[in-house]
Amino acid sequence: MSGATARPLVEVRNLTVKFAGRDETVCAVNGVSFTLMAGEVLCVIGESGSGKSVTMRALMGLLPKRRAIVEGDIRVAEHDIQALDEPRLAQLRGSLMAMIFQEPMTALDPVYTIGAQIAEAVRRHAHASRQAAMARALELLQLVKVPSPERRLKAYPHELSGGMRQRAMIAIALACQPALLLADEPTTALDATVQVQVLILLRKLQKEFGMGLIFVTHDLGVAAQIADRVAVMYAGRIVEEGSARDVLMNPRHPYTIGMLASTLHGRVRGRDIEAIPGSPPDMRALPRGCSFAPRCRFAAAACLETEPRLSQAFPSHSVACSRVGELSTPAALAVS
Amino acid sequence: MKNGLRAFSLAARPARPVVVPPGDPRDRGGPAQPLLLVESLRKYFPVSGGVFNRRIGDVKAVDGISFAVFKGETLGVVGESGCGKSTLARLVVGLIPSNSGSVVFDGDPVGGSNGLTLRELRRNLQIVFQDSDASLNPRLPVEESIAYGPRVHGVTRAAAKQTAHDLLRRVGLRPDLFASRYPHELSGGQKQRVNIARALALSPRMLILDEAVSALDKSIEAQVLNLLRYLKSHFNLTYIFISHDLNVVHYIADRVMVMYLGQVVEIGPADAIYSEPKHPYTRALLDSRLAVDPIDRIEAAPLTGDPPNPITPPSGCRFRTRCAFAEDVCTAKAPALGGWRDPAAHLAACHMADRQSGHSRAGQTLPATERPLVSIEARLA
Repeated sequence: MSGATARPLVEVRNLTVKFAGRDETVCAVNGVSFTLMAGEVLCVIGESGSGKSVTMRALMGLLPKRRAIVEGDIRVAEHDIQALDEPRLAQLRGSLMAMIFQEPMTALDPVYTIGAQIAEAVRRHAHASRQAAMARALELLQLVKVPSPERRLKAYPHELSGGMRQRAMIAIALACQPALLLADEPTTALDATVQVQVLILLRKLQKEFGMGLIFVTHDLGVAAQIADRVAVMYAGRIVEEGSARDVLMNPRHPYTIGMLASTLHGRVRGRDIEAIPGSPPDMRALPRGCSFAPRCRFAAAACLETEPRLSQAFPSHSVACSRVGELSTPAALAVS
Repeated sequence: MKNGLRAFSLAARPARPVVVPPGDPRDRGGPAQPLLLVESLRKYFPVSGGVFNRRIGDVKAVDGISFAVFKGETLGVVGESGCGKSTLARLVVGLIPSNSGSVVFDGDPVGGSNGLTLRELRRNLQIVFQDSDASLNPRLPVEESIAYGPRVHGVTRAAAKQTAHDLLRRVGLRPDLFASRYPHELSGGQKQRVNIARALALSPRMLILDEAVSALDKSIEAQVLNLLRYLKSHFNLTYIFISHDLNVVHYIADRVMVMYLGQVVEIGPADAIYSEPKHPYTRALLDSRLAVDPIDRIEAAPLTGDPPNPITPPSGCRFRTRCAFAEDVCTAKAPALGGWRDPAAHLAACHMADRQSGHSRAGQTLPATERPLVSIEARLA
């Protein structure tokens, strides 16, 4: 598709999203910057309320214009998403970028067949005839490995299993071969044995099409399975970002360290898990300084004063922690 | 049912011989008697359809399940959605009636003319659900939600309130801050703590945790799991821990029961099941766990497709349609689980686990495909 240039496919700079209500304002995203190269897989990891889904919606231009205050720069390919009007955005959604959601049952229309819904996406952007669109829909169902696709083309969403519905969603998203695919927890609602199948499929299709993929998840195992790079979000900020192996195997931000310590892979029974104490901050009234400081066992007085910026502490690995220099040796982590 | 008859039989029942072992005064049968005995439990949900909306089939949600839960243990129940885990929980607590089968709590059959009434059962057996929000009354302050059970069971208002405050403290919520809050003023993790406190309000002997930590964020999940461990030893509880997350179950369970399409396919001590599963489905479930190291990516899915429709399950072994080792005998005959009353037995309902089944791999162990799971501490070191 586009020529091979060193320019990233997606550039987000200082994105902030606020939802203004009558009484209070929720600061959902507080200064997020990242880039994504074409053909790269970025996993955004975070707990509920960390702003990961809102960031994805901002990228698609899906946030309600009247209630969401979006600031910062969002560029996808050559388009400035913020500057586009709704008709132009609608044109780009599906052709340049597409999104798959967590719950395929609510994302699919219950009164149309799967075939009609895929064909609609094809016809919307490719201006194909009805028959050609249906033929393409069949191809797409084969591509996402839905068994007996001819029959499924005429099936309604409720007649499919969860895994098959999610495959149909992926088929719709891929209908016009977007350059960028956004996936918001697409496998969270699936069973373990089906989740692996969908992850392997997504990774394979992403490679085949050379798509950029931003994959939102709260599951570190899912990130390890699919990501080239990982960004960890906490309270609307990226606190750590780097190659998947660096971040997951050698985490540097106390939050990421805590998250990994509380995973239960191969954990000894009968001993307490090192859980991160407390709960995430109230997004209506964020604390001054580092948002994680109140829960952080390494927090110093300075952490409560100034907000640390995401800085490149190691090659291909950035951390937003003012104590990252002191904490970078395993010994320091063990002693504290 | 026949209410008058039941009241009569209750009154006429001779006083129970109460055996008080050292430790728990509520214990009756001694440590060898299972706290819960479930036998041949069956629940079919009718499906109607067609022109006249007639009954056209049954969803066989729970289809002949037998198991025992021993005193003081945690039995983990794993399986994919639709395998009947939650239906099983609801049947055991008596929230829905079963089609057939029996539930025996510490020697006392539940229901029937001289069995435990549901009211008596629920004093001893409580359940915590996944959706922490839907299971709390939005119009009641949490202390009243917790005190509700004791009030129904005849405790005075002041005493019930005192119990509620004690329990809030136990689950890590300061009563002075939280007692008079409403559910919408709490986070998901806090709400689940309130649900756990409420389940403990009648000082039950057994708690069924139906995906109780699944909706929580990972850092909160770890806190609640630690809490559950503490409460278990403090209140001398027995748990049935239902989850789809194999890592959580491995951490918390002493024994594990694996379900597939309404039946038990494997049961045994947790470590035995995780290190040497006997059923190919358990093996596939374990192989579907994702490692945290990107180097250990799964390249080929251990299973293809989704579970079959529980209305018309496959003949013989229900797993055979997705099983790599399926043979003719698997279609012809359903494999049996065997002696499930033995607390130490590691059993699998698979023809390969039965030497006499006629399966070509009968008696052989499953080929190992275990990926190394190294703990984070070892990796950081």
